[in-house]
Amino acid sequence: MNLNFLAIIGRMVLSFLRHAGRLAVFTVVSLLHCFTPPFFLRNIGRQMVEIGYYSLPVVGLTAIFSGMVLALQSHTGFARFSAEGAVATVVVLSMTRELGPVLAGLMVAGRVGASMAAEIGTMRVTEQIDALTTLETNPYKYLVAPRLWAATLMLPLLVLVADIIGVFGGYLVGTYKLGFNPVNYIKRTFDYLEFVDVFSGLVKAAVFGFLIALIGCYNGYMSKGGAQGVGQATRNAVVGASILILTANYIITELFFSR
Amino acid sequence: MTTDQPKIKIRGVRKSFGPKTVLDGVDLDVGRGESVVIIGGSGTGKSVLLKCILGLLQPDAGSIRIDGQETAKLTGKARDQVLHKFGMLFQGAALFDSLTVWENVAFRLIHGDKMPRRDAREIAVETLRQVGLSPDVADLMPAELSGGMQKRVGLARAIAAKPDIIFFDEPTTGLDPIMADVINDLIVACREQLGATTLSITHDMASARKIADRVAMIYHGRIIWVGDAAAVEASGNPYVDQFVHGRAEGPIKMELRR
Repeated sequence: MNLNFLAIIGRMVLSFLRHAGRLAVFTVVSLLHCFTPPFFLRNIGRQMVEIGYYSLPVVGLTAIFSGMVLALQSHTGFARFSAEGAVATVVVLSMTRELGPVLAGLMVAGRVGASMAAEIGTMRVTEQIDALTTLETNPYKYLVAPRLWAATLMLPLLVLVADIIGVFGGYLVGTYKLGFNPVNYIKRTFDYLEFVDVFSGLVKAAVFGFLIALIGCYNGYMSKGGAQGVGQATRNAVVGASILILTANYIITELFFSR
Repeated sequence: MTTDQPKIKIRGVRKSFGPKTVLDGVDLDVGRGESVVIIGGSGTGKSVLLKCILGLLQPDAGSIRIDGQETAKLTGKARDQVLHKFGMLFQGAALFDSLTVWENVAFRLIHGDKMPRRDAREIAVETLRQVGLSPDVADLMPAELSGGMQKRVGLARAIAAKPDIIFFDEPTTGLDPIMADVINDLIVACREQLGATTLSITHDMASARKIADRVAMIYHGRIIWVGDAAAVEASGNPYVDQFVHGRAEGPIKMELRR
């Protein structure tokens, strides 16, 4: 019984190390192919539309309700120590620094990361990736690099939109429900906002985008064993990307704001 | 057939996955312009052998020479140059389902040879005609085609760039007998038109008889018999006999349990 338990721990450690090693190699190879020609611009464009444009509705909805609930919560909370005036500032700082990038990142991980893993995984199990190689096309260049480029470039744009929509959500609740003066609310929004607040959020977004595409492609690329394998790859892509997003979020925040 | 050096010369190729040995020292020659068919049961290493020759898998040991050039350890650009000589028809056709039929057929022309899309499309349509598909199929997506049509498109994709060597991985599996024979005819016709060397793997004896000059039988990771296609019926080898005549009784025991 005791030995069994140790064996399970040992297997888990070994499996973790194996995955970490494979992911590290995959990352390095993918990055090399991102910066060496040929570049498949058509694929990059297609992925940019898929990731950026088609994620707008879900990211927009997430942002507007987050902004709205943020205004409501901070208003009722801050009323306890008569600090209602800070609502606009709290909304804009929370949205740009944290909620915009993290919520958009998590939503895109569910939407785009999953579909990348499923698509590339299916291509793997139906031998389409082998077919690419036999047609003298490197699958890293054709499949992985375009997704990495597109996700890294599009996520900051998505987050910028999410920031604006989120602040607008806070404005709606603030002015229509909580009785703030519209001009005052907007002035308050920008009074304490600094460039670094928005910039740090956009840096986060770029990193999250890269991670989502990397984990999605990695899981798809390594998948095997038919439909079940693809299902597993999809799940691992979403869970893995989400955890990495939250981890990276803390690290980047620490780098920007802890001094 | 083998007058000069063989087109493909395989010596002592081994490949294992973990503890399971799949190829255990394969020796095989394929002459220029020759059609060799490898027969053998499921799980005997036929597909792995093809993938080793193409470089999709790296053999653990042994030598694979294409036109006299050692290729077993090649990667990157050098591997691409070797792959330029090859066309491959995959078992499930392996068409790219995000691209239209003509983009599939023209894939290598567009991405490998950097041909303008308009010219590549013309060649693709022409190649589709060669495999018996009308031009209006060109703009469909692969998912809209039947299995037999997908195989034809896969064949068109394999031959569009006029390769020297074409591999067929179970070209008739999953097709009805008539469509299977149509594909066999197409394979023979393509070979005659292109003068290509072909290596096929199959467990369909009707297909093997039709497309093979020579037949090789693989069993337990080794080539146990090679001979002219005409001699396969009377090989005198009990393993080949059992396989060709499809008997459950004989020296080959199905591994029902691992």
